Amino acid sequence: MFDVVSFIPRAVVQGVPLLLGSTGETLTEKSGNLNLGIPGIMYVGAISGTIGAFLYETSLPSPDALNGFLAVAIPTLACLAGSLLMGLIYCFLTVTLRANQNVTGLALTTFGVGFGNFFGGSLIKLAGSDMPYLALSATSLCFRKTLPWAQTTGWFGKVFLSYGFLAYLAVVIALVAGYVLRHTRLGLHLRAVGENPATADAAGVNVNRYKYWATCIGSMVAGLGGLYYVMDYSSGIWSNNAFGDRGWLAIALVIFTIWRPNVGVLASILFGGLYILDVYIPSGMNLAIKEIYKMIPYIVTIVVLIITSMRNKRENQPPASLGLPYFREER
Amino acid sequence: MNKSREPLFHITKRGALPWYAAWGIRGGAVLLALLACALVTVLVTGENPLQVFATVFNGSFGSPRRVWMLFQNLAMLLSVSLAVTPAFRMRFWNVGGEGQMLAGGLATAACMICLRNTLPNWAVILCMVLSSILAGAIWGGIPAFFKAKWNTNETLFTLMMNYIATQLVAFFIVVWEVPKGAGQIGIINQSSEIGWLPVIGSYKYLLNILIVAVLCGVMYVYLNYSKHGYEIAVVGESERTARYVGIKVDRVIIRTMLLSGGLCGLTGMLLVGGTDHTLTTTITGGRGFTAVMVSWLAKFNPIWMILTSFLLVFLQRGAGEISTSFGLNQSFSDILTGVILFFIIGSEFFINYQIHFRHAKEG
Repeated sequence: MFDVVSFIPRAVVQGVPLLLGSTGETLTEKSGNLNLGIPGIMYVGAISGTIGAFLYETSLPSPDALNGFLAVAIPTLACLAGSLLMGLIYCFLTVTLRANQNVTGLALTTFGVGFGNFFGGSLIKLAGSDMPYLALSATSLCFRKTLPWAQTTGWFGKVFLSYGFLAYLAVVIALVAGYVLRHTRLGLHLRAVGENPATADAAGVNVNRYKYWATCIGSMVAGLGGLYYVMDYSSGIWSNNAFGDRGWLAIALVIFTIWRPNVGVLASILFGGLYILDVYIPSGMNLAIKEIYKMIPYIVTIVVLIITSMRNKRENQPPASLGLPYFREER
Repeated sequence: MNKSREPLFHITKRGALPWYAAWGIRGGAVLLALLACALVTVLVTGENPLQVFATVFNGSFGSPRRVWMLFQNLAMLLSVSLAVTPAFRMRFWNVGGEGQMLAGGLATAACMICLRNTLPNWAVILCMVLSSILAGAIWGGIPAFFKAKWNTNETLFTLMMNYIATQLVAFFIVVWEVPKGAGQIGIINQSSEIGWLPVIGSYKYLLNILIVAVLCGVMYVYLNYSKHGYEIAVVGESERTARYVGIKVDRVIIRTMLLSGGLCGLTGMLLVGGTDHTLTTTITGGRGFTAVMVSWLAKFNPIWMILTSFLLVFLQRGAGEISTSFGLNQSFSDILTGVILFFIIGSEFFINYQIHFRHAKEG
């Protein structure tokens, strides 16, 4: 029997990093920047948060002295700072220096994944643990604190209330981002920059400023996805390469939601569900077929990509100048 | 509020820079990058920088075996880079080299495993070559078809195809795993060596290196002196112009991607049949992505690509050596590669654009 009540929460916790990553990437892409560095940025966000938490935990005289507020604030700020720096590197290279976005993004991913694994490995060594991972369970407990009613309200509590605060924050960020993009002047300007920067420029919109802001905020949001993964999903345990290909899946989710963060709220849960579907579908002894199930999110994404391009509806297209640098004097 | 001052500087596009000046700027960027890397390394390890550079050099040229490894890695990276280049010249961002290589590698492994008892060795190798090219071409051709017909975004499409290929390989690894439950295939045909590419003399990697060297020359001629190469260049510059002069744009796109994917598949064959004799999901080692940077850094010129891929492989092996000898973990090389790429990517700006300061042209 398919256990829905236990399936949904697991799909949600899988989906939250994807949701944050894809919201960040959507904001970035709306400004015309195709940031393929998102996987790297999420790694850096995760490791920066881990470093912050590690430094805080080791600075305490005893584990009981842990201050709940600081235990959350320090990793979060560290994570935001780390991913902001990554976003700034990307912007400086692609917007100010007008470098090729694909190349810059891929370099950023190489750098970010290396950065995460390097410092992750070093922290593991510093902590002197004989296992190949680092556990920050005290900090993680603060991140995983759920609403008080989660335990007492039965299936309702399990499905809706059993998550750490970052999960709810992710939903709020996605909804706010969706609203800002569609219903505010700010969003209109941002979309104009992504669709046709020359026109936006002529209308008096500061193209570079919008690109910088959108990409940097997007990076920070995506970085939070990494933080959520380490601190909440995997209970404060950092092990190298555990984050896997979720960064790319977040980029896939952007396409799947046709550049709408509010659609992403449900779509990310769907993707999260597809990601763990192989655990739930009874496949008996046939382990190989599980690998095929893991293909589904990517295939679905491709199908969406193809259908949107075939139907050619204007509002469902990628931003028109996605991936192109803007140089005023080249018009 | 009329404060129209001349800004501190403004930027204009440069005309063509003589090639030595352009490469001078790039060389300068590499030097700066190396300094930055040395700084990072010294900060992390606390070693003498000269010692660090000596270690980097040692990592690539320390022993004949290392030199061979260097050239083998160089050949593989160069091969993928050559494969993706025709697509890039057409402004088709094929970031799916990874998947196309895996498809080729998978086809190779399939031939080695399924045909080993039915065909003689030379026939197996022939099947490997053909099927790997075909598999890669299919993997590259699918996104190209949709790009040509409906202008589907190729960057995202090829990117997704990578992971489908990865999962497909993971599937077949479980199917073929030896022994059952091991989660890996192990060395294929270890005793019979069926489907292993022949070894020239006692040099294990020489054949791979020679194949790639020939490929490099052929690709240079194909891109610069053939009708196909010219069509690719025109489509890349302007699709409308291409259509106007009667080039069938969709055909060029599909044809070029079949070529690009096929060569990636061939590289997968060289990796599986000529180097590792096994199949894993990580056998490509991220080369499909690195190739994008190699090709772009060389301005899509096959000859310069030898230099840029050498640079990257040299640094990776050097940084790997730093990690081992100073007890850091292997990811350190990724950080250094990233830093160097940032510098080189940034330096392109100074080749393409010129900065005029306000004081420069008073009056």
